[in-house]
Amino acid sequence: MAQPNTGAATPPALPPTQTIRIPPEQKPKTPLGRSLRGLLVPLLAVFTAVLIGSVLILLAGRDPLRAYQGLLSGAFGTDVAITRTLLKMTPLALSGLAIAFAFKGGLFNIGAQGQLVVGSISAAWVGFTFTNLPPLVHVSLAMLAGMVGGAAWAFLPGLLKARTGAHEVITTIMLNYIAALLLEWAVSPASTTSPAGPLAFCLTPGACSGNPNRTAPILESAYLPILYRPGGTATDTLHIGILIAIVAAILVWILLYKTTFGFELRMVGINPSAARYAGIKVSRMTIVTMMLAGSLAGLAGAIQILGVTRSFQTNQNLSAGFDSIAVSLLASNNPIAVLPSAFLFGALDAGTSEMQFTSQVPGELIQVVQALILMFVAADQIIRGLYRIRGGSGDKVSLSSSWGQR
Amino acid sequence: MDFSTIIAIFNATIRSTVPITLGSLSGIVSERSGIVNIGIEGMMLVGAFTSFTANVFLSADGVAPVLQEQPIRLGLAILCAALMGAVMALLHAVLSIRYKVDQIISGTVINIMAAGITGYLYVGNQNNKGVLPAMIRNPFVPEQGFLYFIGELLFDKGFITYFTLVLVLALGLALYRTTWGLRTRAIGENPRAADTLGVNVYRLQYTNLALSGMLAGIGGAVLVLEGVSFERDMTAGRGFIALAVMIFGMWRPSRAFLGALLFGFASALQSQLQFFDINIPHQFVSMLPYVLTLVVLAGFMGRARPPAHVGQAYEVE
Repeated sequence: MAQPNTGAATPPALPPTQTIRIPPEQKPKTPLGRSLRGLLVPLLAVFTAVLIGSVLILLAGRDPLRAYQGLLSGAFGTDVAITRTLLKMTPLALSGLAIAFAFKGGLFNIGAQGQLVVGSISAAWVGFTFTNLPPLVHVSLAMLAGMVGGAAWAFLPGLLKARTGAHEVITTIMLNYIAALLLEWAVSPASTTSPAGPLAFCLTPGACSGNPNRTAPILESAYLPILYRPGGTATDTLHIGILIAIVAAILVWILLYKTTFGFELRMVGINPSAARYAGIKVSRMTIVTMMLAGSLAGLAGAIQILGVTRSFQTNQNLSAGFDSIAVSLLASNNPIAVLPSAFLFGALDAGTSEMQFTSQVPGELIQVVQALILMFVAADQIIRGLYRIRGGSGDKVSLSSSWGQR
Repeated sequence: MDFSTIIAIFNATIRSTVPITLGSLSGIVSERSGIVNIGIEGMMLVGAFTSFTANVFLSADGVAPVLQEQPIRLGLAILCAALMGAVMALLHAVLSIRYKVDQIISGTVINIMAAGITGYLYVGNQNNKGVLPAMIRNPFVPEQGFLYFIGELLFDKGFITYFTLVLVLALGLALYRTTWGLRTRAIGENPRAADTLGVNVYRLQYTNLALSGMLAGIGGAVLVLEGVSFERDMTAGRGFIALAVMIFGMWRPSRAFLGALLFGFASALQSQLQFFDINIPHQFVSMLPYVLTLVVLAGFMGRARPPAHVGQAYEVE
């Protein structure tokens, strides 16, 4: 690879700062017009990010057209490819919901990753421990365990935020690292110098082939039912997780916009002191919001275990919890919009390996493109200025003003 | 425990303290100017990557021999790290000052972008070329006993270690004894008042964020120039730990340094575990800095008062 010189890590130059002063909110008349307008900025953000991605590919001396062609065919080219996209989309959608939901309550749940892995090992434990259960009961129980695990892991940052004001961005990231280390220990195989972890599968040193850092495989009764089998390897069968994600998105939307609880939650997110004045118990709300968000992330991890990997392993690619930050923000934290947003990111993930294969572009490019999308969505004024779109963004949840406050 | 054990633990502590200190100083400069900087992690990562790449690039065949000289090469590597750290910080500044993006989100953008770009540009199988040499050798010999022991503690450290110590003192003085410090604290506490008195709030925020990014970039450079090769995501949460240290130090450089020593000691236990005859899984020892961060955040967050205007975008009227 042609290595650019020392200035290699230069972030893409910002577009010229030619923003015009934007007049306050000009609402389109019809609801359809409004939602189309809402789509404009995210779509242009994705487009611009892809464009800058092409420049990065050119800088590395590769062909951007071939790269994106590989990406598209890897994501949509065949039945297997589409199945793979949907499989990648499922955990992204659920943990994206975990972030979007907390965001509405004024919490930036950047630690969905930790909640996801704790949820996945809880589900795996139920999956291989309980025998003689009817399939439907077993799989539901395992998913429930995942949700409980995720909620439990999110309880601590919620409590710390409510009681001491410790900001959830730092506490949840610390808990991500702690979860990773804790689970690594829990499934570590027995060796000549140390005993096996409590959930480890490999109890005699050197007896396991493959990755020894794993739990026992889950029982067949805990497998998620299969929707569609395009005829490939076992990992490429479409399980019902995608339906669960869609149902979850609708339920989260109803909870947020059609219930008193949701109203109170959003009120806390927009103005915690006003909410407190209105008699809402803000600290209890904070804990409950975190735990519900954690249960969604835990469900994402559980579905990944029960539908795809079928045992918990340390080197599994379970980074969905982190990638879903961009998923949620691209959807402006709207639970329904999380679905198409997760679909897009799922497609990017699914197409990565084929892109890498056909064009030799490193797969991390996708991470850069995702970061750029995130940046343009967060700073929508850049996009609005660049393409001269009028109008401003709606109500904003403030995250950083609560630094160190109760 | 004998002398050599104490020396080994002490030196390992100092080694892990230096990057965390630089990170927390980076946070102090930024937050004192009213900007929350969650992106320190990403800036450190970019600093580590840049200094590593610069070091490898400058040691390649065909580069002028002058540049290959160790002090010049490593100096340039540090300089590049500082510059790229500043570039990332200025991106954070543009997003949060010019475009009024929520500073937490803007910092997260920096972190994700740093992980992506360094991962994209990183080419495996490159080895670190030469590391920061000890600046002053221990002038004593083992036969001198106690003097040698003291010497081992004080000398044989790299340039950045001493530089960091000087920086802790200098930044403390600068914040409380200079015009720059007064203005910086003013825009962090009450930008409106500072503005009224003629301080250019935005310009000072931009320059201070650039400074903050340089500190974080150098903090990342230490990780690489002390002997390990670059790895993806090698900062492993140090940027966030640095923020906890900053809070622990109540936004003051010297107190933050004491906090960094505590975290440095916790991290040093990892590598020095063999000196203790306790059989605990290494994962639990590795967890220590992270758990400590939680404890610090829970215990000190309520008591320490952050700069009053931190986290809110300032709007000039």
